[in-house]
Amino acid sequence: MAGTDGAIVGVDIGGTFTDLVMLEPGGRVRLAKVPTTPENRALGVLAALEAGEVSLDGAQSICHGTTATTNAIIERKIAQVGLITTQGFRDVLELGRRTRPEPYGLIGSFEPLIAREHRLEVPERMAADGAVLVPLDEAAVRAAALALKNAGCEALVIHFLHAYRNPAHERRAAEIAQSAWPEAYITMGHEITSEFREYERGVAASVNAAVQPLLDRYVGRLQSALEAKGFKRDLLIMQGNGGSIAAKAVVRRAVNTVMSGPASGVMAAAAIARALRLSRVITYDMGGTSTDVGLIDHGVPAVSTELELEYAMPVHVPMVDVHSIGAGGGSIARVDRAGILRVGPESAGAVPGPIAYGRGGTRPTITDANLVLGRLDPKRLLAITIAPDPASIARTMEQAIGKTLGLDGVGTAAAIVRIANDRMAAAIRLITLARGHDPRDFALIAFGGAGPLHACALARELSIPRVVIPARPGLTNALGCAIADLRHDFVINLNAPLAKLSDADIRRALDEQIAAGRAAIAHDAIATEAIEFRFSADMQFEGQTHILTVALDSNALDSSGLKAAFLAAYRERFTVELEGIGINLVALKTAAIGRRAAPPLLSLAAGERAPSLDGARIETRAVWFEGGFRDTPVYDRTRLPDGSRFTGPAIIQQLDCTSVIEPGAVAVLDALGNLMVEVQP
Amino acid sequence: MSNFDAVTLAVIESGLIQVCNEMDLAFVRSAFSPVISEALDRSDGIYAATDGALIAQGELGLPVFVGTMQDSTAAVIARAKDVRDGDIYIVNDPYLGGTHLMDVRFVMPYFHGGRLFAWLANTGHWPDIGGMVPGGFSANATEVEQEGLRLPPVKLFKAGVMDEEILAIILSNIRIASQRIGDIKAQAAALKVGARRLDALIARYGAAMVEAAIAELRVRASQQMRACIATIPDGVYRGRAIVDSDGVVDQPLTIAMTITKAGETLSFDMTGTSPPCRGPMNSVIATTRSSIYLAIKHIFPEVPINAGTFEPLRIKDPKGTFLYAEYPRPVSGCAAEVSQRIAEAVFDALAPALPDRLFAAPAGTSGNLALGGNDPSRGRPYVMYVISGGGYGGSAALDGLTNGCSTIGISKTTPIEVFEQRYPVLFDEYALREGSGGAGRTRGGFGVRYKLKVREGAARASMVMDHGRVGPNGALGGAPGAVTTIAIERRSGVYRPLHRSKDQGIELEAGDTITVETPGGGGLGDAFARAPEAVMRDVSRGYYTVEEAARLFGVVLIGAPPAVDHEATRNLRRCQTSPRPHASTASA
Repeated sequence: MAGTDGAIVGVDIGGTFTDLVMLEPGGRVRLAKVPTTPENRALGVLAALEAGEVSLDGAQSICHGTTATTNAIIERKIAQVGLITTQGFRDVLELGRRTRPEPYGLIGSFEPLIAREHRLEVPERMAADGAVLVPLDEAAVRAAALALKNAGCEALVIHFLHAYRNPAHERRAAEIAQSAWPEAYITMGHEITSEFREYERGVAASVNAAVQPLLDRYVGRLQSALEAKGFKRDLLIMQGNGGSIAAKAVVRRAVNTVMSGPASGVMAAAAIARALRLSRVITYDMGGTSTDVGLIDHGVPAVSTELELEYAMPVHVPMVDVHSIGAGGGSIARVDRAGILRVGPESAGAVPGPIAYGRGGTRPTITDANLVLGRLDPKRLLAITIAPDPASIARTMEQAIGKTLGLDGVGTAAAIVRIANDRMAAAIRLITLARGHDPRDFALIAFGGAGPLHACALARELSIPRVVIPARPGLTNALGCAIADLRHDFVINLNAPLAKLSDADIRRALDEQIAAGRAAIAHDAIATEAIEFRFSADMQFEGQTHILTVALDSNALDSSGLKAAFLAAYRERFTVELEGIGINLVALKTAAIGRRAAPPLLSLAAGERAPSLDGARIETRAVWFEGGFRDTPVYDRTRLPDGSRFTGPAIIQQLDCTSVIEPGAVAVLDALGNLMVEVQP
Repeated sequence: MSNFDAVTLAVIESGLIQVCNEMDLAFVRSAFSPVISEALDRSDGIYAATDGALIAQGELGLPVFVGTMQDSTAAVIARAKDVRDGDIYIVNDPYLGGTHLMDVRFVMPYFHGGRLFAWLANTGHWPDIGGMVPGGFSANATEVEQEGLRLPPVKLFKAGVMDEEILAIILSNIRIASQRIGDIKAQAAALKVGARRLDALIARYGAAMVEAAIAELRVRASQQMRACIATIPDGVYRGRAIVDSDGVVDQPLTIAMTITKAGETLSFDMTGTSPPCRGPMNSVIATTRSSIYLAIKHIFPEVPINAGTFEPLRIKDPKGTFLYAEYPRPVSGCAAEVSQRIAEAVFDALAPALPDRLFAAPAGTSGNLALGGNDPSRGRPYVMYVISGGGYGGSAALDGLTNGCSTIGISKTTPIEVFEQRYPVLFDEYALREGSGGAGRTRGGFGVRYKLKVREGAARASMVMDHGRVGPNGALGGAPGAVTTIAIERRSGVYRPLHRSKDQGIELEAGDTITVETPGGGGLGDAFARAPEAVMRDVSRGYYTVEEAARLFGVVLIGAPPAVDHEATRNLRRCQTSPRPHASTASA
């Protein structure tokens, strides 16, 4: 194993594969892709380290992203949690905000994260201004904590009305509970979000408590496994806000790891965009079951505090704003009763998977369509032992779908791809056009196992002029983990008319957040090169209920600067001018970012270069494009000579991904190993 | 099935819906009225140039507007003269394809290449439109003039410029007028956002192709609805629903729904329904039709919405009943309450016909409560609106959802912390209402109990709710959900509204409280066939008592935590049949 002093490692655990990227100071890169081990994910991490021939002696840091906490919530494989709350309000977490899963259809169900029998009430009450109306009944808190302990709970949420304004009762109750029940994991409602909505704040705290014990045990197992291998340096965990945090600090804020999977991909895309000096990009991450799209405007990925994990499960902590739809390689195609072709959101999953996997799948998927069209090589599907027969899949497609539509197998496959592309295009329209952005001003960065198969067609549909396919599309999330900066977010809810706040009030709030940010990064004790702060504000016109989050210029952090930024953003978003109406400052937000040493992104495309483009050619095969099959050259991505330039149609194959270059599109391999594709609309 | 390119058709279909979704989004995010921005009480759509037929509607529009906006757009078309690019009509006349006065429509012609191509329209629920009570929900109005300002279709914008004179008339007739200008701009801007997106769609595919697709989609939606209807066995099905009272005369109003299924059509006949009423519980025909449409859409949610969807539904005008209100009958209760009873009558009729697809009745009341007074600390008047949810009905595989939103809406409730920040009130309780779900093989979901206290100053309360007399129907032998109850505790004693669920101008002082219990959903199927383990779980969660487990479900539980005594349960279930109804009689 090579000496790797100062190397940084990123590991991403996905549903199917565990991916690893290691960047060494000299520019050398090591990569690995191994199956995920759901029963003990740490084993998969060790297997990836082994497969990548990574020596941990000299590694500076390992940053690790996992979908474990997200999946735990969605599958409800969570810790048993108890709740102590204000008398009269234990059902807030079950009642929610009066909703149903879909606008039409009156059938549905919702299971709160904390069962009703584990939700206990104690006498106490704060008014909206923070005044104590009913003092905390301390004996009741102690009795409740012991009752929940005896009921077998492992974690405890303490959530009182108006604690965002005055947290004294929550703090005191936590002290009492901790002394009565020392081994409990305790989450106070006000410490996860300071939002003034009891349901949303309570859900965020419940999510934190529900995954905290699992995350603690998992991080502990991983840490000792790595230590046994000789690793004693920095272990970091990826967060949903796109930054990392020291493993020892993450457990307290376990909720921050939720949604970290899509976030790492967006962060990698942002780094690639910076290296390419592209300030506005759309990130397009298509995997086996879903597609995540995000927006990077002026170099910075959008972060939202309004995302919902699933129906009635708002998690209002800062998270990279990705829009997900159920369209992935495994998405199933079908014809509805009106005779219209639909693709997804139902997915064939890993088992039985697409027909092509030969594991009993019988319903056509997007992956099957790409095989029939010659875009995927049947001999090179990952994790498949027996190569499927595209002709037989085409027959199945014709039977299942084509007959109703009057299409043959190939026509059906082409239609499936077009419908899928259309749904993904709609997702991109929603984050661009619907927010006032013109896709023509952006580049599309395509990654994930399936993104580069569809990117050129999507770009054409949306009039996006340029597609970037990174060197290792299928390992982008692991790369995002490797390079993620430390990040801590702070939100203070002011909810006051801007006119009534002095510049000093604003400055004081921000200074407190800056100090807290420095302290948190110091506590991480991870090597950083610099600390940077980013400020934003949630604002609205007085009388409105929705907010608009506005990035703030650090040179204009005063009342007039905030006002100007809000008016400009409002005009851009809603095409409406509303002079003369007062402005509310709902919240001030600060992101403290600890910059870690940025390794070179060179040589991600390491490989034995062919002397000429022709030397990188694997074969020529028939691939379907609009108008019919065409003889299309298939190149080996790792052997493409530097600076290669060619015009589509072409197929580019590599271990982790296949890219499709549509006819007429011009692809150039740049010095960083990215394929830059100019798409003619 | 025609030879239209299936792929292009799907792309244009989603493009049209996208236009509407973007209008919905722009409207909601920039509106000032919380009824629009939080409660999502609005809808946006595209309508045919000649007759206003529905082309597409936003996926997150308020369901009750599904059928009404094509009627109001048609009313605009019938009266419009000299239509120009940039004009926007405003209309809220209930008798011209409307709902109640608070639902204000903006209707804008959309031109392409100098030709009228379609109409873009939206509806927004304004927080006030004048009239005898703030908010417009007068429980005892007897003519429409008492309910507020009625606008025939007039051009509020002429060739892109707002008519300041019409605006001045409107603003002089409504409360809290200062904030309406922001909403008016938001409502108009949303239509312009839609026009921009429709421009892009037509530029991409060409006007002829888009028009052909619209026609084809209408045919296909109709075919899809026919295919759904075909799954219903031929026959005549009867359902009923009861409105507590009209708010003026304390007599129940009956909706009698006879549905005849023959081949691929469904016919709806409301003969036997109560005559027009004095109070505001009359429904205009557009709302009556829309309520039937949305009920069917709740049963077959997979059918897309356009004018074709509803072609196989034949609705006989219920002339001479309270579901066919004519001027000057008061109508403020029709959108929020009567519409939901109409939908319940449809569910009630069809449940035996489609036992795998239907559900017992949902709570079905919007729970409108308005509290107004003077806030002494802030030195200003206030009006706060509380809406509430209730349980949904049991269905073939699932128990009903707890605290679901109204059948006709998708609005969320306001957080308690927000109410307490803004108004001089304090909630003592906001809880799941135990025992309120109707018993059944699958039980109803649970309603809510909340207790609201006036902290400072005097106030007056008004409410328009329903299901105070009869709980939401059970289905296939299930029991109904619990009825609405309202109790006002004052120094002088406990007061209950004379009409159970409706009252107006109740005087309150600091320290007085209002306790509202909302309905649970109906149960589905025989409660004695419910899995004993499910009953045990419900009891351990406190949803029902041990005594209720035995009485309502025939399940004997012993010990703590409760465990099923299987032998005693078998004996009990053999000897008795499940009692019904259990909670259908009003406690007031």
